[in-house]
Amino acid sequence: MDLTNETIKERLTGKFGDQLSQFEEPYGMLTFEAPAALNLKVMQFLFDDTELRFQFLTDLCAVHYPDQQGKELAVVYHLHNLADNVRIRMKIFVPVEKPDVFTATQLYSSANWMERETYDFYGVNFIGHPNLIRILNVDEMEYFPMRKEFPLEDQTRIDKDDAMFGRGGSGN
Amino acid sequence: MSIEHHIKLPEGSIERATTTLNLGPTHPATHGVFQNILELDGERIVGAVQTVGYIHRAFEKIAERRPLFQITTLTDRLNYCSSPINNMGWHITCEKLLGVKTPKRVDYLRIIIMELSRISDHLICNSVVGVDSGAFTGFLYVMQYRELIYEIYEEICGSRLTTNIGRIGGFERNFTPTAFQKLDKFLAEYPGVLKEFENLFTRNRIFMERTIGAGPISAERAMNYGFTGPNLRAAGVDYDVRVHTPYSSYEDFEFEIPVGNTGDCYDRFLVRNQEMWQSLRIIGQAYDKVKAFKGAEAEVYHADAPSYYLPSKKDVYTKMEALIWHFKIVMGETEIPPGEVYQSVEGGNGELGFYLISDGGRTPYRLHFRRPCFIYYQAYSELTKGAMLSDAVIVMSSLNLIAGEMDA
Repeated sequence: MDLTNETIKERLTGKFGDQLSQFEEPYGMLTFEAPAALNLKVMQFLFDDTELRFQFLTDLCAVHYPDQQGKELAVVYHLHNLADNVRIRMKIFVPVEKPDVFTATQLYSSANWMERETYDFYGVNFIGHPNLIRILNVDEMEYFPMRKEFPLEDQTRIDKDDAMFGRGGSGN
Repeated sequence: MSIEHHIKLPEGSIERATTTLNLGPTHPATHGVFQNILELDGERIVGAVQTVGYIHRAFEKIAERRPLFQITTLTDRLNYCSSPINNMGWHITCEKLLGVKTPKRVDYLRIIIMELSRISDHLICNSVVGVDSGAFTGFLYVMQYRELIYEIYEEICGSRLTTNIGRIGGFERNFTPTAFQKLDKFLAEYPGVLKEFENLFTRNRIFMERTIGAGPISAERAMNYGFTGPNLRAAGVDYDVRVHTPYSSYEDFEFEIPVGNTGDCYDRFLVRNQEMWQSLRIIGQAYDKVKAFKGAEAEVYHADAPSYYLPSKKDVYTKMEALIWHFKIVMGETEIPPGEVYQSVEGGNGELGFYLISDGGRTPYRLHFRRPCFIYYQAYSELTKGAMLSDAVIVMSSLNLIAGEMDA
């Protein structure tokens, strides 16, 4: 059976209507956005549906876009249907002040540490996670180091202009 | 005076039926810095809590300020038992984003290197399983043959463990005749050694008693836990990135995916051994294909990607344009096209994925590594529940956990 990106898109829009948006196919992988309140429902549907069967969570991570007002943090899920060998990518955007996302640990045991890592570095609050504590950083840390407001180099250095690295002027 | 006056036991410790034991982070049997806090009832494990992060080096953060070619050295330090696979995986990810098409000869040379490093990875893992079950001989014996593999790396890129091998678009130089001679030597000697290694272990009564039934996992649980690589295949799922999503022309090769059935330490051991035979098969085919190239094609070792691949030194010294490109590439002043790509390769211990987002700057906007052993180490407490203390060590080594990869 061939499961194409069009079929997946049809099944998803048939179930969730226009709540899912931004369907794209960068480098052949179907990518879409889901509202934060629906992430678990969409994943459950992708998991249980007899045609879709996305039962393998390949990867879970977050991205920080400080310039997008109200949707600064993106949680990105890479799901894999091993039987038909199709991968998809689902994105959830949440505001940085209230980064609440439902946990996927009930569906995928592998999500446990991946969500802890995402919390550790970006502060995404996974509601319902059994043990949401830091995993790679020290427990005493009070900030989320992968966010963009923590630049890697000392920004007081004046001998190195950020324009040389292709983005923005100095001071960012 | 009664004995209570001399021995001060912590409060409540007599009432407790279980003992807490710290295994790691610097225990000689853990082969890396992981900590397991085991809850023991006598010698039986009731529960295990894993602690990771002791060698976290923030690679993902560092990568946000580095041009693509400088990130290769970071990938070396993930699974350092098979760094060439990580390097190649990273190059392939970049090539996918940049739209660079590599020539077939480059693909085949890469496959030779990747399969050699898969052999060295499995060799270490399997012989260490032997060490942890009391058989040191196999480990010392195969070290000599890992050395032969390292000598081949050395001939190609100059280094052994953290290789930084290859460049975006191909290799930094062509394989020398000495490299091929060393490969010939390895291919001639290694099958006999692997056979002997199998004779030492596969039907060894003690080894079988120690490994059969130790740390088993069902196919369903393994998939739910995100297992990949030999560990998933030992549980009976025939998922292999080389076959499912071929990269670097793996589709041109004939090989089998060995699968196990119970997912215990013994099956994992057998699957890895079988994979080494399959790797030898792939190397043989790739070597034949490389030898079949004639004329100018036989000299190709990189793609034509002037914006990312360094021009030859001769051109840099004599031509203005080459000098400019050289400077731009080395200083990291080439723009990366915006895009979002996920590329994975079959690493030594599972699916090693690279999720790269570029916003059009000179460094990645975000780079995430899917590190296989970080994901499947979660299952450790489930694998060891109810097992004996001695199984805790052997399960850990047969999972092929590499601290460098786990902590990134």
